[in-house]
Amino acid sequence: MTMAEQQKRVLLQGNEAIVAGALAAGCRFFAGYPITPASEISELLSLKLPELGGTFIQMEDEIASMGAVIGASLAGTKSMTATSGPGFSLMQENIGYACITEAPCVIVNVMRGGPSTGLPTSPSQGDVQMARWGTHGDHPIIVLAVSSVSDCFSVTVKAFNLSEKYRSPVIILSDEVVAHTREAVALPDADQIRIIDRITPGVPPEWYTPYADNNRGVPDMAAIGDGYRHHITGLIHDDRGYPTQVSQEVEKFYKRIHEKISKGFQEIQITKTYLMEDAELFVIAYGSVARSALKAVRDARDQGVKAGLLQLITLFPFPRKCVDIYLRQCRAVIVPEMNMGQISREVSRVNQANCRIVKHNRIDGHLISPDEILKHLATV
Amino acid sequence: MLERAEIIRKEYLRHDKKFPHVWCPGCGNGIVMGALLRGIHGLNLSKDEVVLASGIGCSGRMPTYIDFNTIHTTHGRALTFCTGIKLAKPELTVITVMGDGDATAIGGNHFIHAARRNIDLTAIIINNSTYGMTGGQYSPTTPFGSKSTTSVYGHVEHAFSIAELAVTAGASFVARGTVYHAVHLEEMIQQAIRTRGFSVVEVISNCHVQHGRRNKLGGAVEMITSYKENAVLVGKAAKMSPEELEGKFTIGVLANVKKPISTEQYQRVIVEARKNSHKNSSEKEKNGIKRYEE
Amino acid sequence: MTNNDKNTNAEKEPPASTPKSAKKKRKLYTVTFFHNWCKSCGLCSAFCIKKIILKDETGRPYIEDMDSCTGCRFCEIHCPDFAITIKNRHPVRRSTDDNG
Repeated sequence: MTMAEQQKRVLLQGNEAIVAGALAAGCRFFAGYPITPASEISELLSLKLPELGGTFIQMEDEIASMGAVIGASLAGTKSMTATSGPGFSLMQENIGYACITEAPCVIVNVMRGGPSTGLPTSPSQGDVQMARWGTHGDHPIIVLAVSSVSDCFSVTVKAFNLSEKYRSPVIILSDEVVAHTREAVALPDADQIRIIDRITPGVPPEWYTPYADNNRGVPDMAAIGDGYRHHITGLIHDDRGYPTQVSQEVEKFYKRIHEKISKGFQEIQITKTYLMEDAELFVIAYGSVARSALKAVRDARDQGVKAGLLQLITLFPFPRKCVDIYLRQCRAVIVPEMNMGQISREVSRVNQANCRIVKHNRIDGHLISPDEILKHLATV
Repeated sequence: MLERAEIIRKEYLRHDKKFPHVWCPGCGNGIVMGALLRGIHGLNLSKDEVVLASGIGCSGRMPTYIDFNTIHTTHGRALTFCTGIKLAKPELTVITVMGDGDATAIGGNHFIHAARRNIDLTAIIINNSTYGMTGGQYSPTTPFGSKSTTSVYGHVEHAFSIAELAVTAGASFVARGTVYHAVHLEEMIQQAIRTRGFSVVEVISNCHVQHGRRNKLGGAVEMITSYKENAVLVGKAAKMSPEELEGKFTIGVLANVKKPISTEQYQRVIVEARKNSHKNSSEKEKNGIKRYEE
Repeated sequence: MTNNDKNTNAEKEPPASTPKSAKKKRKLYTVTFFHNWCKSCGLCSAFCIKKIILKDETGRPYIEDMDSCTGCRFCEIHCPDFAITIKNRHPVRRSTDDNG
């Protein structure tokens, strides 16, 4: 580590790193509602946003928070909200609205034990499938997971970039442990961060078709109030944005919003591998569990077991291609999760190689320790 | 020279949108829409600076037909979207059209909090005492004893008085009008839009197809005539005895108070916060990350 | 206030084209119905103070006695379907001058 890098190191909590990442990515609007263990994000942004000319508002509930976030986004401002399970449940209605109107926005869900009020101060990964399928109807969505404080920064930047590029809500799944862990991290300089902004119309208003398809499948986006008057609706709409029930138009709409994500799989599906080149068995992990898994893999290697780690940053769209490669390469995979098996489900779904899948689920509100994973690695 | 009605049709209605609109024959929504457009036209606002939002229901269809920046949101949440839009672009004139169920049942919390917050929005609430689009179920403004598809034995609950609710919740401007008094309504809407701060116009409107039919209130003509007979101007009502006011309702301006507006107050917060941040971190700034290095 | 817009167009309009010989300057109006937009709700005919808006057998409004229209515009502003326009009518002096 160079001196310069060392000087840049700061002691941050996961929630604080998310704030730093959001601000670096250009987030200038936040609406939220207090909830443990996500409140620090609200608190810090209420301090920082006005300094940057941005806006913070505490709404009357999470439904309203999500509505305000979408409103601000449609008006051209990069927007975010942060919550935990119970609030995330309330947000689902308007997350669907963001999907159908293709409003870029970032939703941080600091997971705690559920359902309902559950275990407010304990970590969990119980909202994984909900993040994918929480709102009703067929919809594409991007779900990312953070495992460390430095992840919190970089993944948040990434989340904003993906949401702007694909005009889709992006959900960041954190958990109570990542949120409240303090670590020394080196944050990159502003000029080292790649920031993507939504593409605005390149034609005069009278030529603008708000939902016209293009080769990316992502229509150019005019902000409310920029002279491109158009209609935005939560109904299935045609290219002009008007409600439609014409079957060809309805099908075309659904296909486009799904395909715009699948066209970007290569960029959206982010994974990290560790010692996977010669691995014979591996761990698929995400969130705080990935850190335990990393330690377990190292320990296993020390014991001569050819273990590897595939860490999922992107949970959905599920990185099938990447997982598939390693399922074919290895004889067994261990999927440790702080839930009853929400990602192991996905792994089973894509497993065509008859790779043995070993689930390890812990739901007592405590972290999965490296030893627990190591035990599997040593015995499988 | 074009007549005003022609200007309204030519300038404000969407020409690529199919007319006639979806509402039933004689529905008050069309009258409210006319009053709204004439009101806005009279204020000389450019179409680009007006945002018209709605929730779900019959009223929710209104923005589709009008050539502003229009947004048809989720049920009851229109005010939350408008809050985001207004905060992101304070220079816009943001107007919400809601129904009684939309605004005070599913969106009741958002409604009272928008009023409490006194954010600079205009809410037009078309109160037809029922959920028309879903088939005439009872709403928060269905009168006690009335019949609806979900109160076939007569309604056992009591109705909200929307305008009074808005006054209590702290709105800057509150008025009530009816679809009979369309010119008056236009004035109320204009005043509401001109008012900085949260302003509410409750419009008593007719759903003769659902509410009227089930309660033997007659058709559109009879219902609208009853507003003519039962509406009393606020000033006049003050001089009337409770007995005289039996079965009547007031129209006109119910509240018009000056108080700090959250949208404007927040602009001050930004100025203040910027001053502080410059003081604290002389040359560092720009993107917020560097603030953590201190 | 925008009172200038409010039902007073007729007053502002200089009665330039009224025949000088007219005994009183009673203004004339033309009421146009867009039947494609009209849903025959009957509000216009019910509330017409002069009761000149009649309904045909299908309920569509029409006016025979156009000269009796006072230009109050009640029907115009209460038409939920934007299907009525009222215009000042200037008595025809030349056959080509057809404003209505």
